Amino acid sequence: MSALTREKAEGLIEEVLSAYPESLRDERKKHLMVNDPSLEQSKKCITSNRKSQPGVMTARGCAYAGSKGVVWGPVKDMIHLSHGPVGCGQYSRAGRRNYYVGYTGVNTFGTMNFTSDFQEKDVVFGGDKKLAKIIDEMEMLFPLNKGISVQSECPVGLIGDDIEAVTKKSSAAIGKPVVPVRCEGFRGVSQSLGHHIANDTIRDFILERELDEKFSTSPYDVAIIGDYNIGGDAWSSRILLEEMGLRVVAQWSGDGTLAEMKRTPKVKMNLLHCYRSMNYISRHMESKYGIPWFEYNFFGPTKIAESLRAIAGHFDDRIKEGAEKVIAKYQPMVDAVNAQYLPRLKGKKVMLYVGGLRPRHVVGAYEDLGMEVVGTGYEFGHNDDYDRTIKEMGDATLIYDDVTELELEHFVTKIRPDLVGAGIKEKYVYQKMGIPFRQMHSWDYSGPYHGYDGYAIFARDVDMTVNNPCWKNMQAPWKRS
Amino acid sequence: MSQTAERIKPCYPLFMEPEYRAVLARKATECEEKPDIEVLEKTFLWTTSQEYQDLNFKREALTINPAKACQPLGSLLCALGFRGSLPYIHGSQGCVAYFRTYFSRHFKEPIACVSDSMTEDAAVFGGHKNMHAGLQNANAMYKPEMLSVSTTCMAEVIGDDLNAFINNAKKDGMIPQDLPTPFAHTPSFVGSHVTGYDSMMEGTLRYFTLNEMEGKSPGSNGKLNLITGFETYLGNFRVLGRMMKEMGVDYTLLSDPSEILDTPADGQYRMYQGGTTIEQVKDAPNAIDTLLLQPFGLTKSKTFIQDIWKHPCTRLNPPMGLAWTDEFLMRVSELTGRPIPASLELERGRLVDMMGDSHAWLHGKTFSLYGDPDFVEGMCQFLMELGAEPKHVLSHNANKRWGKRLTKMLADNPYGRQAKVYVDKDLWHLRSLLFTDKPDFLIGNSYGKFIQRDTYHKGPEHEVPLIRIGFPIFDRHHLHRSTTLGYEGAMTILTTLVNAVMEKLDRDTIRYGVTDYNYDLVR
Repeated sequence: MSALTREKAEGLIEEVLSAYPESLRDERKKHLMVNDPSLEQSKKCITSNRKSQPGVMTARGCAYAGSKGVVWGPVKDMIHLSHGPVGCGQYSRAGRRNYYVGYTGVNTFGTMNFTSDFQEKDVVFGGDKKLAKIIDEMEMLFPLNKGISVQSECPVGLIGDDIEAVTKKSSAAIGKPVVPVRCEGFRGVSQSLGHHIANDTIRDFILERELDEKFSTSPYDVAIIGDYNIGGDAWSSRILLEEMGLRVVAQWSGDGTLAEMKRTPKVKMNLLHCYRSMNYISRHMESKYGIPWFEYNFFGPTKIAESLRAIAGHFDDRIKEGAEKVIAKYQPMVDAVNAQYLPRLKGKKVMLYVGGLRPRHVVGAYEDLGMEVVGTGYEFGHNDDYDRTIKEMGDATLIYDDVTELELEHFVTKIRPDLVGAGIKEKYVYQKMGIPFRQMHSWDYSGPYHGYDGYAIFARDVDMTVNNPCWKNMQAPWKRS
Repeated sequence: MSQTAERIKPCYPLFMEPEYRAVLARKATECEEKPDIEVLEKTFLWTTSQEYQDLNFKREALTINPAKACQPLGSLLCALGFRGSLPYIHGSQGCVAYFRTYFSRHFKEPIACVSDSMTEDAAVFGGHKNMHAGLQNANAMYKPEMLSVSTTCMAEVIGDDLNAFINNAKKDGMIPQDLPTPFAHTPSFVGSHVTGYDSMMEGTLRYFTLNEMEGKSPGSNGKLNLITGFETYLGNFRVLGRMMKEMGVDYTLLSDPSEILDTPADGQYRMYQGGTTIEQVKDAPNAIDTLLLQPFGLTKSKTFIQDIWKHPCTRLNPPMGLAWTDEFLMRVSELTGRPIPASLELERGRLVDMMGDSHAWLHGKTFSLYGDPDFVEGMCQFLMELGAEPKHVLSHNANKRWGKRLTKMLADNPYGRQAKVYVDKDLWHLRSLLFTDKPDFLIGNSYGKFIQRDTYHKGPEHEVPLIRIGFPIFDRHHLHRSTTLGYEGAMTILTTLVNAVMEKLDRDTIRYGVTDYNYDLVR
């Protein structure tokens, strides 16, 4: 199929909605739009951050996933307790590829699963006593932990446990932060509220109480905010910031530590990658400590160079020169990568369905490879995300919010893009249809994709998937006409 | 800069390059307030000590690295094995996102399952509205032949009544009256994924047969029913079918997800494929008997089948290894009157032949193992048949009675005398045991890789290599398609074990000019 026209795109939306019961149709209609990049705001065209409709097969997760899985989980030298029944911690264990280095089980705990494994008696009689004991046992077995977070699962909030009281007492007893996080899975409509709740608890229990006043600062101190170091993304970002002359003193939260969080209110600027999950803490530090924040994009050389220059614009000439040096240093590698892959990928069409920042942030990287993103959407975006997205996407492209399995399958079947980028739950649907697919949450077990080094890997990966010979074998030769 | 277009390096080996090592080292020393390496090493060594093990086993409240998951994961697997069934989970949506992810990572297949996305208002008012809309929407969108309903802990804590909710939804016309809706309550704070499978199985059998028992009598259809329990090896569904066919026994696998979890790449996505039909379930009470291949994991189903279908549910061990496959076939033969055919006797002979061929490499080797109770039991049995010796035998989701029984079985066998059984213990307990009393190998799922790494860090001589047999296996491809039951499964396990032994020996003797002995071409 050739590029979408507005009529075709609107037709696709109408078609898919026709399968729905009326009330569902009315609701879902608000979450699907055909893009017009000249729009100033998205709110008249798309609704977001609303409850998923029951029974539709949403890809969304829950507040616990947003807090334990995304924001808190990667803080490597704290222990994060999955407080409640056994499942949540097990399903979210070590699956997100938030890389870190450390002595796991000694001073870092990222790939482990600590759970209170609630039994019926804990639900009936409450889990507070068990929680107090758990914290003692953690201290006994893992004395080098820097603190503990208690990630509430659904039952905790339903049975009226007072985890705030328990953690307050335990924190005083062990002399370390013990943070109660009310991220029960039934709160909010998606992962998104979990991000917000997690941000608020970092504010209240770390920044407000544990601030590192003695940290010696420099004029070039920055923090990387909202990079979860998936496949090492934060490291391939950090290296560029350091090369241009900045001093990265904290990573939130990929490969992050308590010490880094504690000193962040002393930085000159917060550099925000995943706006969705960490704009809250950035805004807080702006209002309370006067620290400006800047939203950057380290996917693909065009956006990287733009971002490096924009970041440098907030600093002195030394940093501005540093940025130019970094861009110049990597340009030959970028040119060589493009020379190699652009001819193989030019004109190919991509559809995306991801979370966080990626539905818009990776568009430029595909464009650097000569590809066109013809559809994109967020699992748990808000309208400020869509405001930013309509400007990145071309005219008459599809934008879908909290897309259902049925809708995405319909759009992909009709558009037949050359690549779909979404998650593990979607991956095998499209591979069986013969459509090349890359997981864009975990980088499909590759990465990093951030920074110049990451762009080379991204280009390699997109090429290997789009152009692999396996997709040509879907039909048996005797069935071919 | 070491990244070049000619040789693009992903995370490893990219982060081994000097510029990244410098970045990471700087971060560690300047930013992290990381303890000195001496402190880390000392503390690490302490975690490998007997003293630490004693502390570790004193734990009463904290679970670290569990070897089990929760009930609805099991109910989902069970539901997938019925034709045209869409698993529907009443409760929080995040759970369903996790189940689908977990199974997709293991099976490398799409997993269709819906939730009714209960949120805070449902916590206050109950999930009645969610169930109404959810059933209606799921049916309209995905047109299932049946909706298999189970629950998350949220719905269970607030006490939603599934039966009443579903019936009301039908009364109110949300879904047709005749759309089958088997259901099971599957609270995650009771039992494990194994219990959840059992609950959904019982719920399904109950739904289709409880009120339709008239005119049904055991033996009248001449078939045998087989129930696998929480089974993730697709080859096991197939080998059971093959053995029955070779015996000329007509059979019904109650829940057979081997088609939906192994669909082809031919240009088409199938949301439904294969599986046990409703007619087969309705006819199941007419079978001669129902054999439960995971006797520990199917107690609820067993009670129902014995009480309502009046089947004996002839006691069986899991058909793993030689003797218990023999036993299984002899039971089938007794029950059906069909002789065990020459083809299976030939297959048996081939297994015995392989056991003889490999015995010298396995005899006396020690294996620690963990997993679901019935799997662990069958694995112990087969290890001892090979002359191998189970050492630490751990099942997180078994109970004390099971532990006592297995302890006795091991103690009664010369190869099991050194074995110790651990029930309701986790993989952090197991880590301690592997440091203080090293086995030759560890058998378990992918989570065991972290234990292997930790033992290796203490020194290569402490390393316990992991042999991946179990669920989930996320870090190796396609193992879920293999077979662990029957003679065929025993052959697969034997091949896996013996080659693990030889690979280990090759790694131990690979040093050029040092260990030129035992790095042998012929074995």
